[in-house]
Amino acid sequence: MNMQGWGRYPVIDAEVHTPGTKEDIQALFDTTAVGMTPRGLGRSYGDSALGDHILSTKRLNHFLEFDATTGLLHCEAGISLSEILTLFVPKGWFLPVTPGTQFVTVGGAIASDVHGKNHHVAGCFCDHVEHLDILLDPERIIRCSPYQHPDLFHATCGGMGLTGMIIAAAIRLKPIQSAFIDQTTFKARNLEESLNLFEIHAAAPYSVAWIDCITGGPSLGRSLLMTGDHATKGSLIPGKNARIGLPLDMPSILLNRYSILAFNTLYYHRIRKVSVQSHVHYEPFFYPLDSINDWNRMYGKNGFTQYQFVVPKDAGRKAMPVILKTIVDAGKGSFLAVMKAFGKQNNNLLSFPIEGYTLALDFKIEPELFPLLDRLDAMVHDHGGRVYLTKDSRMSPSTFRSGYKTWTRFQELRMNYSALGRFRSHQSTRLGLE
Amino acid sequence: MQNILIIGATSAIAEATARLYAADGANLYLMARNEDRLKIIAADLKIRGAASVATAGFEANDLDSHQNLIERAHKSLGSFDIVLIAHGTLGIQKVAESDIEETIRELQTNAMSTIALMTRLANMMEKQRQGTLAIISSVAGDRGRPSNYVYGTAKAAVTTFCEGLRARLCKSNVHLLTIKPGMVDSPMTAGMELPGILLAKPEQVAKAIVTAIKKKTDVLYTPWFWRFIMLGIIHMPTSVFKKLSL
Repeated sequence: MNMQGWGRYPVIDAEVHTPGTKEDIQALFDTTAVGMTPRGLGRSYGDSALGDHILSTKRLNHFLEFDATTGLLHCEAGISLSEILTLFVPKGWFLPVTPGTQFVTVGGAIASDVHGKNHHVAGCFCDHVEHLDILLDPERIIRCSPYQHPDLFHATCGGMGLTGMIIAAAIRLKPIQSAFIDQTTFKARNLEESLNLFEIHAAAPYSVAWIDCITGGPSLGRSLLMTGDHATKGSLIPGKNARIGLPLDMPSILLNRYSILAFNTLYYHRIRKVSVQSHVHYEPFFYPLDSINDWNRMYGKNGFTQYQFVVPKDAGRKAMPVILKTIVDAGKGSFLAVMKAFGKQNNNLLSFPIEGYTLALDFKIEPELFPLLDRLDAMVHDHGGRVYLTKDSRMSPSTFRSGYKTWTRFQELRMNYSALGRFRSHQSTRLGLE
Repeated sequence: MQNILIIGATSAIAEATARLYAADGANLYLMARNEDRLKIIAADLKIRGAASVATAGFEANDLDSHQNLIERAHKSLGSFDIVLIAHGTLGIQKVAESDIEETIRELQTNAMSTIALMTRLANMMEKQRQGTLAIISSVAGDRGRPSNYVYGTAKAAVTTFCEGLRARLCKSNVHLLTIKPGMVDSPMTAGMELPGILLAKPEQVAKAIVTAIKKKTDVLYTPWFWRFIMLGIIHMPTSVFKKLSL
């Protein structure tokens, strides 16, 4: 059947398997022992969860154990972050790290080693994983952690499902007193002010900036920086799950320079003062787009890609203006781009975040886009940065290798655990990882 | 707090239904053949909010074992507010056409064992004078179609048995719900080429079951549009029907 990532580009024909038991997996390995691609909810944007034989974690959706005194949750890999929140927010627990959507699985969050608005203080998702169980073949399900099979652990965390199929994990939830967030929004008139704001608010538990990628000149890089922390007041109600949908592909012509300029201008002027405080539920704070089902159809039937890069902190002040200017001059930017200052890098071989500045923005797929992204790749490379695999559908093997210098160790490990060839994806093949 | 027995609890529809009752804080007693799987499901339901979850191994075709198993479940729960019978197999029609044993086995598992269970449970619930007996039959039982008439025959037997039993139990204040799911995306249908638009999610079917039990519906087609699809199929003249390969 036709399968695609969240960006709906590329689309490939794949066979989808949904094993639920060890016997299912055994049967699968007896017939299909090569080239399998683990997949959760398919929220990675590009082709990292695409392959000829997809191993869906849909049926691995059980909670296994929860320790109400420590918050340690042991669950199967197909459990979604949304399910965790719905069940555990009322009990006073929250995810230690969450990406911008709750519709990802635990397995996917580990394979992408996702980050969130608290990366600068809390690191990545896998920094809160006590241990995980990975299936290499039906006879070998290995429990690994920073202390058990650490090499496998650090390759699997952020390893895009290329080391095996993650089937379960234990994660440390964090206690909260309220489902609400005390949020403050600051207005920055240009890029320098935006970067300064991140420094000023380095101690804020959560911070992210929505940055205007259409307006250039003296206002280049103007943004709204949002900081927040879990409130102490307010009830522990989980999300409402009431959502509106986008039932049809929106004609891509509706997304053009003018509509986007209008949106960005309105969004920026939404806040009139220098800073505004508010008390908001965790859903609009962390997952603004989750309220629209299938929002990925907004970019038309050809799909879109999200370009996310990071440049090291030292290079940031020099790199960000030139990269942003290239994006603004091209005039292809999306509604909003997200900017964030990352904290320290962790030990995971292919984990994306390095200490510095990251920018993420959507582009609808059109032929003229690819040369622009290649130019951006070159600029990111020149400043010692890298591009996020979870969002990628088009980077070249050389861009990948220059961004992720530890890729050779990653390959060695896959070889040692006989994952090479057995687990692969459309992306891994494209990037020369097999 | 409701006391609920689920037989065939590892089936996708049964598990999805159990999750809804677990979130409501029910006491659950689960029976199924695969006890390893049952253990995982039980732990999960407990975390999802069930007040208690007990499990027991169950062999559908070991009819003599049923009475003892049901009594133990009844003792453990105290009463049966809801009993859901969900076990079953979807054999391969083509195999059954040339293999009598396969045909008989399909009828055994999907009709005889269910009828045996219903007979025993009905007598217990009649004494209780309350509760719901919910049986998963199928739209396949509405008319024998060339693509799965063996399975359809078994489900037709179950549906007809339910009709009669409902009228009997009604007098004792016991509600009987016949559930007729259409095509459901589950391990039972994995690997089959089914039209995506007609394929329901187990969660969707589970929600409909919970509502139907609450409203004391007699017969539930789920998703709802199957009532109309089957209406069309039932009323098609045989002269036309026999020429189709439905």
